[in-house]
Amino acid sequence: MADLIAKSALEGLVPVTHGALVLSDATPAAVTSVAPFRGKGRAVAEALAPMGLTLPAPNRMETGPVGRIVWFGPGQALLLDAAPGPLAGLAALTDQSDGWVGLRLAGPGTEEVLARLVPIDLRPPAFGPGAAARAPLGHMTGVVMRADDGIEILVFRSMARTAVHEIATAMRQITAREG
Amino acid sequence: MRITCPHCGERDRREFYYSGAEDYLHRPGEGAEPAAWDAYLHLRDNPAGVTRDLWHHSLGCGAWLVVTRNTVTHAVLGVETVEKEQDQ
Repeated sequence: MADLIAKSALEGLVPVTHGALVLSDATPAAVTSVAPFRGKGRAVAEALAPMGLTLPAPNRMETGPVGRIVWFGPGQALLLDAAPGPLAGLAALTDQSDGWVGLRLAGPGTEEVLARLVPIDLRPPAFGPGAAARAPLGHMTGVVMRADDGIEILVFRSMARTAVHEIATAMRQITAREG
Repeated sequence: MRITCPHCGERDRREFYYSGAEDYLHRPGEGAEPAAWDAYLHLRDNPAGVTRDLWHHSLGCGAWLVVTRNTVTHAVLGVETVEKEQDQ
């Protein structure tokens, strides 16, 4: 079988730096949608426990030693960077690894930049550690997550160029105001 | 206008898609009279006041919602998921 070279959808687009703001590639190595079968929510939570995870509450994200799991809607979560093997038979599992790109925006003014694109309050008091939300980025559907360093955003892979363009434009405008 | 999604909390109107009157939840049963189908498909009230309609949280969690609102004051009076509405 041919050995194909995987190419990131963000290749050549990031990193973008404006002032002290940096936009970088934070695409998860693996993305699996997890939809527990009817009545299996507790069993899924128990299967996640050895991974240091549980089923996340709405607008929350759980972080374990290896991976993370993010609330993705009623009865649905996204497992990031972890193998979904232990959940087999308990939940509908769909590999979406090739469908998403992740971006990390970090630096002073991160919340002000994203305030131009994401219509929810992302400042630390409202969106602190463990917070995550399904929210629009401009006109794109996305997932926004509080990271140790800044804020991470998942958007569809096909939207990578548009997402970088919109965020980079907002970064430039915010930097110009403060400059 | 802001809508409080039962899952996500208070969100901006631009995250939601308007999908028509609540009547779409009351589909006539099998063998219903043509008049019932006519009413289901075509007949709508146009109230100046409280109305109930279906919204989709399309740029958020994807839930279908029944929103009760006032067309005169623009106040949003209540939001429920369709599942919960139909359980009642």
